[in-house]
Amino acid sequence: MSLKQTPLYPMHLKYHGKMIEFEGWELPVQYEGMGIIKEHQMVRENAGLFDVSHMGEILITGEKAEAFVQKLICNDVKIMQDGQVLYSPMCYPNGGVVDDLLVYRYNLQKYLLVVNAANVDKDLAWMKENLLEGVKAENVSPEYAQLALQGPKAQDILQTLTDTDLNSLKFFWFNPAVKIAGVECLVSRTGYTGEDGFEIYVQPAEAVFIWEELMRTGGEQLCPVGLGARDSLRFEAKLPLYGQELDQDITPLETGLGFFVKLNTDDFIGKAALVQQKEAGLTRKLVEFSMLGKGIPRSHYEVQKNGVAIGQVTSGMHSPTFKKSIGLALIKIEHSEPGTEIEIIIRDKAVKAMVGTGIFYGKKTKSK
Amino acid sequence: MHTPENLFYSKEHEWVRVEGNKGYIGISDFAQHQLGDIVFVELPELDLEINLGESIGVIESVKAAATLFSPVPGTIIEVNEDLEEAPELLNQDPYHNWIAVLDLSDSSRLEGLMSAEAYNAYCQTLES
Repeated sequence: MSLKQTPLYPMHLKYHGKMIEFEGWELPVQYEGMGIIKEHQMVRENAGLFDVSHMGEILITGEKAEAFVQKLICNDVKIMQDGQVLYSPMCYPNGGVVDDLLVYRYNLQKYLLVVNAANVDKDLAWMKENLLEGVKAENVSPEYAQLALQGPKAQDILQTLTDTDLNSLKFFWFNPAVKIAGVECLVSRTGYTGEDGFEIYVQPAEAVFIWEELMRTGGEQLCPVGLGARDSLRFEAKLPLYGQELDQDITPLETGLGFFVKLNTDDFIGKAALVQQKEAGLTRKLVEFSMLGKGIPRSHYEVQKNGVAIGQVTSGMHSPTFKKSIGLALIKIEHSEPGTEIEIIIRDKAVKAMVGTGIFYGKKTKSK
Repeated sequence: MHTPENLFYSKEHEWVRVEGNKGYIGISDFAQHQLGDIVFVELPELDLEINLGESIGVIESVKAAATLFSPVPGTIIEVNEDLEEAPELLNQDPYHNWIAVLDLSDSSRLEGLMSAEAYNAYCQTLES
């Protein structure tokens, strides 16, 4: 199967992206002359521009659109207003996670769901299986290119190109008709880096133009950022990644997303299982840890306590900001107290680590 | 790509510099470029006897871990401890910053390695 290319593929060639395969897409892991660490630092200190067109968009329309979205997700849809964005896991009946997604509410009859690239087909099949009468779920991904502009300088850069006052666009809100350099875009104050910033949805034919306008305006304060730094930035900010912190065998409660699970709402798929899990008490929990010994923890490495397996690493990395190796692990709850010594199995060797708290990056997003 | 003439190269992108009985081992410019930002180097233990193609360490970039295979057999007599504190030296100057030194038990094994010219040609086949 040949790899899919995003509408911004010509930009990856122009800016010398090192192209790799990612979930069926040909995307840059990093750019020549920069690299993951420099790109990461640019986003923390200035701004970075990401091609995230591989993300999936599913449009939900119809009289009962609100009820249908509520049936799908753990978070409370009814607290939303038009123009608001909501993050939520979407569960199976057993509480395992189908996907995590962003819900954009246009109005009570129209929602746009933004899902992970790898899960578009699975999510759409799941939605159609559970569809309510009079509601339509369609994959509109090909109608959108998506750019993420992230970092402390993101607002200044974007403001130069639009008359819309960006101060009025609050964290987790969107405006479906922002003119950027004259082109109508959907802009939300959202992101996956722990920094302030925007996600920009635009018709594919205009994507290159918008990218180049942003690059020209950003000048030395902006650089293209590849998938490598996208992962290191989201990891440092402790933002979950489907397939690592979340999957069909992990519930949102176990992985520390209880805040996004509203058990006092109308029924949603998985609610009964999550209520039961909460009442019975969790048996495992997602924890932060720092390495005490030498080595880098990686996803799926085993975690032990005194030689006995107690769970696994979900994500781990040498943090570009803190310049040390840290990780997230899903482990048995009796070992989850901060200060507990655990062992990470790195290439058959047990390396000491310590459960901690507050060791990740404090998000700089503009609070609600 | 920079490829010094006085070294021997393996298909796994390691280089060997021979000085008497000593074989200095490192990774090529191609290798460091492919790996990206190197953030951790696991060095071999001293006095370890290494057969051809056995692991003599691990190099980790932000994204991934890569095993370093010895391009020659021998006994580890020195390791470059500077790399433990500053693994990025392998990105900055891969030919100056060797990783380990082996006592070469059988230098005739160098015959399996490539010259700089042959290695450059080999890398070109990988890039095309």
